[in-house]
Amino acid sequence: MTAVATPGRRRLQLSDLARLSSVGLRTRKLRAGLSALGIAIGVAAIVAVLGLSASSQAGLLNEINQLGTNLLTVSNGQSLTGGTAELPTSAPPMIGRISGVQQTQSTGAVSGANAYRTPYIPSVDTNGLSVQAASLSLLPVVATSVAQGHYLNTATAQEPVADLGAVAAQLLGIYRIYRGERIWVDGQWFYLAGILKPAVLAPDIDSSVLVGYPAAQKYLGFDGHPSTIYLRAQNDRVNAVDDLLAATANPENPSEVNVSQPSDALVAQADAKSALNGLFLGLGAVALLVGAVGVANIMIISVLERRSEIGLRRALGATKGHIRTQFLSEAILLGLLGGAVGVALGAASTAVYAHTKHWATILPTEAWTGGIAASLIIGALAGLIPAIRAARLSPTQALWAV
Amino acid sequence: MTDTLPPAPDNSPVADGNGAATCDAVVPVLDVDGVTKSYPGEPPVQALSEVNLSIGQGELVGIVGPSGSGKTTLLQLMGTLDRPTSGRMRITGLDVATMADDDVAYLRATRIGFIFQQFFLAEHTTVLDNVADGLLYAGIPLKQRRQRALDALDLVGLAQRPQARPTQLSGGQRQRVAIARALVGQPAIMLADEPTGNLDQATGQSILALIDQLHRAGSTIVVITHDHAIAERMTRKVEILDGQIRADTGPAAGAERRLRPLTPSAQPPSSRTRPEPSAGEDPS
Repeated sequence: MTAVATPGRRRLQLSDLARLSSVGLRTRKLRAGLSALGIAIGVAAIVAVLGLSASSQAGLLNEINQLGTNLLTVSNGQSLTGGTAELPTSAPPMIGRISGVQQTQSTGAVSGANAYRTPYIPSVDTNGLSVQAASLSLLPVVATSVAQGHYLNTATAQEPVADLGAVAAQLLGIYRIYRGERIWVDGQWFYLAGILKPAVLAPDIDSSVLVGYPAAQKYLGFDGHPSTIYLRAQNDRVNAVDDLLAATANPENPSEVNVSQPSDALVAQADAKSALNGLFLGLGAVALLVGAVGVANIMIISVLERRSEIGLRRALGATKGHIRTQFLSEAILLGLLGGAVGVALGAASTAVYAHTKHWATILPTEAWTGGIAASLIIGALAGLIPAIRAARLSPTQALWAV
Repeated sequence: MTDTLPPAPDNSPVADGNGAATCDAVVPVLDVDGVTKSYPGEPPVQALSEVNLSIGQGELVGIVGPSGSGKTTLLQLMGTLDRPTSGRMRITGLDVATMADDDVAYLRATRIGFIFQQFFLAEHTTVLDNVADGLLYAGIPLKQRRQRALDALDLVGLAQRPQARPTQLSGGQRQRVAIARALVGQPAIMLADEPTGNLDQATGQSILALIDQLHRAGSTIVVITHDHAIAERMTRKVEILDGQIRADTGPAAGAERRLRPLTPSAQPPSSRTRPEPSAGEDPS
């Protein structure tokens, strides 16, 4: 009649273990919730930091992709003697003939020319603005457009007419273009045609006052040498074109030419982790640690309070291992509960923030698996000592202590 | 964790009329052999010294003694919750001293049932699951545990409220639940520590009547008490004082003594008696 169980059946079944480990959680909900909250906050902070940085990076990369990664720039470097080298005036058409180059545009810095709002501004207040001669189809190549007014055209390029980069307009205090508006460039009035939108791939243009090549030569004493050449290559030929650019732009002194791919620099910038991420991750780790201490504390109190339950279970035939497993799994469950809530909170805050920024919500796998794993490990560590203490409790003391 | 426990003597509550008479010849359910227990201290406290006690199957033993007499220590040793300092303690012939802790725990899970003064019921769970937990560590699946728990509740007269919480029950009903939990595994021996200690007079009597009925159905039960009147009602009375047995009426002389009606109004023994739910035990 009395069943002699096989040794395997003495181990608690998983369903029984789940029931046992949730006893503390079910009977003391508020306490369990509060102690899991510590872990939840820590995990939420970590998940949100990782999620937000991944989402913002994805947003930036998306933006860069939309601007195009096939923009190459060629600029004048330094000459052997240390002075600023010049690009030959023939460089833009030469580059345009390289197979795979789709469009070539250029700007040329007008040395010594400064732009002011009025003639009454002290000449030292240059705002760091440069005056550049610009070719007429520049804007689509650098993936920008006019915010207001018009860009230079074949007619206005001959005349003292300028367009302002986004930053230049801001620094000059010009937010609207109205008829007859003009600025003081190198001792003469230039009429304003328009203001450009920011050019993410060519930030130089943002802080420039752009005039036509003929006008620059006619009114500002410009020598006609381009200083930066912007070109778009076929996507599959970008590297091949890149290799040829220096020699094509300045066959005499290829080493005096700088070639760069602006999107590369931006991608690298997006990849670089913000220093603040480290700080927030550290804060999340501290919150996790505090949560672990909270869970350990709760478990120790729970063991003290549940002495009679422990004694009873020993009397009903529980081994020390059964008691240890019960309390350890309760702590792990508490940790997991906190971890799950934390991941949910972190994911939700990432989603909300990414939505307001119009980024795609990206939750890196390692963020949420790491969060869950960390809470599991923390629960186990926090529950280890209380569980061992519970198992060591002598059943007679647990049942008959006053 | 070896699994060397031989099958316990069949202890199913089936009256065979002469159970006690035949059991004296076979292995006693519980054999306390020269057991001494001392607790460390200055000077060491001798709780039990050289106690000998043999309890056969089907006996109903009252162990009586005042506070500090060592009766609780004896119960703890008989229940294998503690080990003797010297001497041998055998449960169904198995020497506890030679067994590993985990095997002793399994022995408790399968062969010993406890009834406590404070009931020790889990308040957050149902009466049914409280009783079913009596089988948790014996390695029996939940469904079967619950089925057997229902049977045990039926035996103690509480089958109609398996889903109630212990907090909804009166003291007497709670003790009935605890008794059901002790007997659900059909243990070789049931140990009751002051089972009426937390109950009023009338409720206590009904619990004693239940114990008596379980005994008549074949269970081996040891009741620890400080109350001589309660011990007198058992078929065998063992008096303990200062850690030694002072008097022992000995095993009941055969079936006729064992089946002696305990109260004038008691029913004649039947093979499977169900206690009637007693009046005056309404939930408080």
